[in-house]
Amino acid sequence: MAEATPRPRPKPFSIPRQPMPEQPPQVRVGNFREVPFGLTPDLAILEASRCIQCKNPQCVKGCPVSVQIPEFIDLVARGKFVEAARKIKETNALPAVCGRVCPQEEQCEMPCVLGKKGEPVAIGRLERFVADFERVTGNVVVPGVAAPTGKRVAVVGAGPAGLTVAGDLVQLGHDVTIFEALHKAGGVLMYGIPEFRLPKDIVQSEVEYIRKLGAKLECNAVIGKSITIDELVTEEGFDAVFVGTGAGLPYFMNIPGENLIGVYSANEYLTRANLMKAYKFPESDTPLNKATNVAVVGGGNVAMDAARTAKRMGAENVYLVYRRSKKEMPARVEEVHHAEEEGIEFHLLTNPITYHGNDDARVVSVECQKMELGEPDASGRRRPVVIKGSEFKLTVDTVIVSIGNGANPLVPSTTPGLDTNKWGNILADQETGKTSKKGIFAGGDIVIGAATVILAMGAGRKAAAAIHEYLKTGAW
Amino acid sequence: MFPILETKEIAKNVYLQRILAPRVAKKRKAGQFLVLRRTDNGERIPLTIVTSDAVEGTVTIIFQTVGKSTTEFARMKPGDTYLDVVGPLGLATHIENFGTVVGIGGGIGAAPLLPIATAIKAAGNRLLSIVGARTKDLLILEDEMRAVSDEIVVTTDDGSYAKKGFVTNALQEFIDRGEKIGLCIAIGPVPMMRAVAEVTRPHGIRTMVSLNPIMVDATGMCGACRVSVGGTTKFVCVDGPEFDGHQVDFKELVMRNRAYLLEEKTAMERIEHKDGKCMGSVAVPVGGGN
Repeated sequence: MAEATPRPRPKPFSIPRQPMPEQPPQVRVGNFREVPFGLTPDLAILEASRCIQCKNPQCVKGCPVSVQIPEFIDLVARGKFVEAARKIKETNALPAVCGRVCPQEEQCEMPCVLGKKGEPVAIGRLERFVADFERVTGNVVVPGVAAPTGKRVAVVGAGPAGLTVAGDLVQLGHDVTIFEALHKAGGVLMYGIPEFRLPKDIVQSEVEYIRKLGAKLECNAVIGKSITIDELVTEEGFDAVFVGTGAGLPYFMNIPGENLIGVYSANEYLTRANLMKAYKFPESDTPLNKATNVAVVGGGNVAMDAARTAKRMGAENVYLVYRRSKKEMPARVEEVHHAEEEGIEFHLLTNPITYHGNDDARVVSVECQKMELGEPDASGRRRPVVIKGSEFKLTVDTVIVSIGNGANPLVPSTTPGLDTNKWGNILADQETGKTSKKGIFAGGDIVIGAATVILAMGAGRKAAAAIHEYLKTGAW
Repeated sequence: MFPILETKEIAKNVYLQRILAPRVAKKRKAGQFLVLRRTDNGERIPLTIVTSDAVEGTVTIIFQTVGKSTTEFARMKPGDTYLDVVGPLGLATHIENFGTVVGIGGGIGAAPLLPIATAIKAAGNRLLSIVGARTKDLLILEDEMRAVSDEIVVTTDDGSYAKKGFVTNALQEFIDRGEKIGLCIAIGPVPMMRAVAEVTRPHGIRTMVSLNPIMVDATGMCGACRVSVGGTTKFVCVDGPEFDGHQVDFKELVMRNRAYLLEEKTAMERIEHKDGKCMGSVAVPVGGGN
């Protein structure tokens, strides 16, 4: 068969970037199903044909795990979808996840040559397409792994960083056990990112893939409580430990009324909705308060997720309260756009100062003040400055505080000799994940603070290489 | 999967359960709790660990049926399994020789008090205990508490058994007779813990209480269990469950625990409807109060 002959391709610059069909806003706010339907095979081939196969591909440099982007896109253009998926999996164990939640516009797609003149190749959409194609068509195969090395590695936390470390090390022949505190593996992919953006059965099938590779998984194991890091080494005989416990502790603003009923952290709100399936209550046992008017405080992806979830939970009005302007919002453009389409009302340059409650201690309104932008601050963004006398009230029955998370203290506080910074993040070498304690590596949000799925995976990839080296040589 | 070895009703709507959970059994210390989940649609329910057997690998919990989940827990028989058992969680009780310690358990609060009282006694303290309940049918662990105490007073609010009155009356009598109390530990319904704190406050007696807020993950991630202590917000699951009773904002705790009354009712009505009968219900998660 002349299968290898490439089809004649149209000129890349003559094809526009292919949009991904999605549920219309008025329909999707009434359900928790995924918003985009994904590309069709025809659209995927057409989009892949736009790639000019650069000799010196900049896209790969923009990817924290260095996915072989031109190679996999070439396979897509030739209709070899399953092969394309396997090509990605050589460097990325979670393509269906990354294709959905990576900020491609600031990573692989940003340096794309096509983007200089027009629109970059939709790398993320193609990644998602091939991962879905492989899974849905039942073509997922587990590659062979290296011969057993006899070395045992404990991975603490089954989020993006931990799953990546586990996937890499098990392929290198090490005996890997992942310990997860919650009852389901996936970390933020399960409790934080909503079903409509990342279906939970996709996360679970990616976890299942890591397990099929040979990694063991123990849920309900709270490292630092059920077992300490030191015990993993001394009593359970692990040769190395990777800590990827993530950013847990939700931040609050410490303003009056923040402990009123109806004021949630985004973590609590999203955990109830996603992991505990509150949207199915009373079929599922974990509830969320019924809300009509919701204020979400913050401007990141988590704030967008919370706002869009609140809408789907039946809120009539959802206000996004953010103290800077839209330009400074850390959320992905696509998420902001989706939120706007779904009728989320943006109150920009606005900051909450007090929550007011009724006699039952339920929140009934949020008092805000208007802000204007001054000089840039340490973050490089223009500092919001209060406009005196601009106070006003929004009537609400639920508030979701989404201003970030600190480091979960359980591991640092129970591991003598493990150094942390003043925010409680574990100090680890950015290139290797090595901590102050021999044999203990760390990466992801617990090291760099709340960031993205792909950065955590990038840290996991580097740590896995360093752990492999350490297990071979014993050198620290 | 975590099999149940024993379930028994030890007072009206109060159940004792022994569960096989070796990791938790091995590590657990007085004052700590665990989280249970029965099915894939189930809630994560925090409950105090009363005792454990590291050799057998079992933990013992005592709980009162308060809503759908605990009602379903109570119906589980030996051989049934919990899907998830997580723990031990929370900080262990700080134990040292305080001299004389007064331990107060109100209602179901006697369950979390027992392991702490046992540890307090083992550390060489003189232990004066007060165990109380609204009425005789709700009194638990009297014999077990008696066994570890130097002196014990049992009270019932309605006088249906032992001494009529509140646990605070018995505490006041200890104070009035000139006991030098190094520490008072009070666990029970929030109004009881608050009342105890008000009795000890004027005397400057250090008073620890064990709190029972609503929790979800119980590992410091969600912030549902926050409570104001001395004007600062604390997460009970990682900073507690024990706090200085003179610093806790009990009013806020009571209010926050009412957050889901409506939803609880909906859930209960569903199983009552299914059963065609009414289940009585009061309260009690971690710490043990309502």
